[in-house]
Amino acid sequence: MKAWLLVAAVVVSTVLSDVLQSIEMKRHGEVVEFHAHGIRRQLAALFRRWRVIAAFAGMAVSFFAFAELLAVADISFAVPATAASLAVETVLARLLLKEHVGSRRWAGALLVACGVVLLA
Amino acid sequence: MRFVPDARLRRKTWLFVAVVVLSNVFGNLLLSLGMKNPVSKALLGMFLSPWVWFGIALLVLWTFARMALLSWADLSYVLPVTSVGFVLNAFLGKLILNEHVGPRRWLGTLLIVAGTALAGATAPDTTSNGSRRP
Repeated sequence: MKAWLLVAAVVVSTVLSDVLQSIEMKRHGEVVEFHAHGIRRQLAALFRRWRVIAAFAGMAVSFFAFAELLAVADISFAVPATAASLAVETVLARLLLKEHVGSRRWAGALLVACGVVLLA
Repeated sequence: MRFVPDARLRRKTWLFVAVVVLSNVFGNLLLSLGMKNPVSKALLGMFLSPWVWFGIALLVLWTFARMALLSWADLSYVLPVTSVGFVLNAFLGKLILNEHVGPRRWLGTLLIVAGTALAGATAPDTTSNGSRRP
């Protein structure tokens, strides 16, 4: 029971974090500077945006819930079980982020989701 | 409507996918080693384990590499493509942590590889509105 509560906490916080992160990174535009100064400058700009801060808060919740999950369950259960977020996020990517999710990508996501269920 | 990615974006995308997958898989593995062999039972005792710190370092790399990847690639592309990490997790769980991986889990692994290959064949970015720099 504790393991499944932790799985739920990981999934909800991961979905929120990923969607917010994706919105903000798309607004930022393609990252093209990978030297120390450029990375610092881009991170400073990103961490002034509330969605990025909220995404990191979600990631922190996800991290601690996942670490606790690893203490009570096998990694080969924990990782695929928490990947239930994939299905929810693909739907949200289509609805909220207006991504073009074609038949190949839907099929790919569906196969991954089925594989995850079998792994769990 | 077809979205044709340029070769540069493809190469950059696959490089970042590799970094995202490997840092996540090995980060999770080290974190798991640390959590399974606790140095202390205290609330934040996990932070006394060096395995946990190595795991966190890799997961920090994973976070920033994934953020960069999401700056040009769709979330609905990144999710299935980086799922190949589940397969590596299953392999390493068996090899290093001696976890049981039965036929059901191997079939799941096969489906994930197929799904990753299908999604990976699509264009990484379908929403670019010109904000992307060359």
